[in-house]
Amino acid sequence: MPSNGTNGPDHKYKWVGTRPIRHDGVDKVTGKANFGADLAFPDMLWGKILRSPHAHANIVRIDVSKALKIDGVKSIVTAKDLPDLASQEAAGGEGHGGDFRDLSLNCMARDKVLYHGHALAAVAATSQDIADLALAAIKVEYEVLKPVLSIEEALAPDAPILHAGLRTKGVKNSGPTNVASRVTFGKGDIAKGFAEAEFVVDRTYRTQTVHQGYIEPHAVVARTNPDGQSVVWCCTQGAFVVRSYCAAVLGLDLSKLKVIPSEIGGGFGGKTTVYTEPIAVLLSRKTGRPVKMVMSREDVFRATGPAGAAKVQVRLGAKRDGTIVAASSSLWFEAGGFPGSPVGAGAMTVFAAYDIPNSAIEGFDVVTTKPKTAAYRAPGAPQAAFAMEQALDELAAELRIDPIELRLKNAAKEGTLAPYGAKFNRVGFIETLEAAKKHPHYKAPLGKNQGRGVASGFWFNVGMQSSAEVHLAEDGSATVITGNPDIGGSRASMAICAAEELGIDVMKVRPVVGDTETAGYCDLTGGSRVTYATGMAVIEASRDVIRQLRQRAAKMWACDVAQVEFVDGRCLPVKGSGLDHAPVTVAELAKGMGRTGGPINASAQVNPPAAGPGFSTHLCDVEVDPETGRIDVIRYTAIQDAGRAVHPSYVEGQMQGGASQGIGWALHEEYVFDKHGVMENAGFLDYRMPVASDLPMIDTVVLEIANPLHPYGVRGVGETPIVAPLAAVANAVMNASGVRMTELPISPPRMLAALQARV
Amino acid sequence: MAVVLVPTALRALTGAERVTLAAPNVLGLLRALEARFPGFGETLGARFAVAIDGDIHGNADYEPLEDDSEVTFLPPIAGG
Repeated sequence: MPSNGTNGPDHKYKWVGTRPIRHDGVDKVTGKANFGADLAFPDMLWGKILRSPHAHANIVRIDVSKALKIDGVKSIVTAKDLPDLASQEAAGGEGHGGDFRDLSLNCMARDKVLYHGHALAAVAATSQDIADLALAAIKVEYEVLKPVLSIEEALAPDAPILHAGLRTKGVKNSGPTNVASRVTFGKGDIAKGFAEAEFVVDRTYRTQTVHQGYIEPHAVVARTNPDGQSVVWCCTQGAFVVRSYCAAVLGLDLSKLKVIPSEIGGGFGGKTTVYTEPIAVLLSRKTGRPVKMVMSREDVFRATGPAGAAKVQVRLGAKRDGTIVAASSSLWFEAGGFPGSPVGAGAMTVFAAYDIPNSAIEGFDVVTTKPKTAAYRAPGAPQAAFAMEQALDELAAELRIDPIELRLKNAAKEGTLAPYGAKFNRVGFIETLEAAKKHPHYKAPLGKNQGRGVASGFWFNVGMQSSAEVHLAEDGSATVITGNPDIGGSRASMAICAAEELGIDVMKVRPVVGDTETAGYCDLTGGSRVTYATGMAVIEASRDVIRQLRQRAAKMWACDVAQVEFVDGRCLPVKGSGLDHAPVTVAELAKGMGRTGGPINASAQVNPPAAGPGFSTHLCDVEVDPETGRIDVIRYTAIQDAGRAVHPSYVEGQMQGGASQGIGWALHEEYVFDKHGVMENAGFLDYRMPVASDLPMIDTVVLEIANPLHPYGVRGVGETPIVAPLAAVANAVMNASGVRMTELPISPPRMLAALQARV
Repeated sequence: MAVVLVPTALRALTGAERVTLAAPNVLGLLRALEARFPGFGETLGARFAVAIDGDIHGNADYEPLEDDSEVTFLPPIAGG
């Protein structure tokens, strides 16, 4: 398929688009790869966290004196051992970043606990059992407060206020409130638009708090040397983020911290911040010994950042021919105990896939006594799309228009002004809809109690800062060093980029994930940005290596470098240069590099704009059991514009993974709280994520509508696939059962109740 | 002259959806906006992204602006 990336449409690729075995594959399938909890030191202490048994309480007193007397207890820390930070905005986007004071208070509560499981104190002891004994011996006196467990409870006039000083950003003189901010977007004249509409649909939708469900719990080991240098090993999506956040929470210079990322067993946005990492550093600095902290699965559920519950109202106005002339939406997103839900992104994405002349959107960031939310794959977009894509389905049914045709009629394309103010460059939304319409799945017959749903998804994708180094070895192989933990096969894509440029075999490239002292700065692995942005840095560094190789050949041939070109892994004289030399390969030049000027290495750094918007369209078939309310997904097809699939297997894997997580969000997953705000299902037996036997094969169709910002046309792909499934499932359920399910999860009891209410 | 597509939260200050200003780069544009509409910067806040002709930049202070560049300000986006 032709590329319109900066390499141009006629560029031929040798490695891009191939499917080599991942370079870290053998280590991972043989159990040799080291994950967060695998590291240990001989004199290591175990760190454990005391967590709040209340969802909302003032901390009156913490007495650690008895616990400190237990033999084997080496240190106990509370928030008093951390700097009492002033409010200071941290870099980052939705779901992370935010405020360093809040980040610190989330790691260790100071005056108040804001969710069940909130950390209060930490112990370092010679064994896990002794640490547990010490936790039990710490006495905490609380003034228990009423929990706030929903958006409605948070907004009630008599709601308990979580943060006395909180005022609504974006609203003048809001007074004490649980609404941290209000954002607005829109264009055109919304009143005029609805006045022109011949059909209007208006409905409110709800999603519940869900967790990313990564298999590997958070784990960290921190060791502090006598010179005050601390080294942190942890599973994270961003070593540099951990360094920055730990330094802020602890009041340390960055130079005092080195962060080494382990292999990572899933993150999906949930490992873009810190929880126990600064506490482990603090305990190691206090004791002078290595300290290891490993969260239990229960800790992960109760005290790390899920995606928050949301309420989204969508109102659409359309002409009889299906042209949408007006759209309005109000979104309320739970942020958990501290401000910072992804409601801004939800509000920006809710209508972004469609070219609607008049729109008005407002979003509210609402604090509740639940764990502080974190990023989760396309943060905010799935909740928004759950509402919008169902509203579209309802509109299509009202107008008796095929749901794909309705989307095609209103689809965003190059030049469309999104409600958040940016115009799209070349995007592939229409192509995903056309592919869905032509796919055999769309016309396949359905059986009794079965229905088919369509939904589309949009995500921005991001660029951000990345660095890369390429080192040439004397046999012509290459090492590529970047600072992005590999969560989705990025080692393979970095190697492919280097191999493509250098013209060497991809298995002769060794991709390495460096730490904060061996790699140049890289923003976190997230935002679907690594293959795009870090890959761009690898491409640039590789091109610098090629520049040096041409110089070496020119030196050998005693000619000007302009007379040497590099083609498919070889330097050769430019045609017409009059030179008569046999081509020399990368391996030959590398072998003699000591004689031509010494080692050949290169580095590059980039800060490119957003990674090209991603669009997808998903088709979902379900069967609804009318007697039990059980829903089985019986066929699923995900179609997405990847720009260019550098390693198609990993693009397909992202699409399948996103669809699977979205199906789980739609059908099974939710945090269940009791009236006191205690999560009742903090384990995988009770928190129901889909397993392989729950799902059909997720069929994938990868489209390549090149991103004009990238040499190969790459777009981000990792987040877009989770946006559509929630609504795709709900639309399928509607078509199977005749019931519009506006609240997730569509669990058997909820489905059965809806079916019975219909009768 | 760059065209600023004014975010909805700032339209009360500018009184218009679009404002045209001359500036060599985004930082210059922000200074010009503040000079013409006092309080623009405070209302915008410290954390924002900038879209220039559709491309969203996380850090755009020194991004050059063309005569017909379309610029808007939006919440920062990072993703998961």
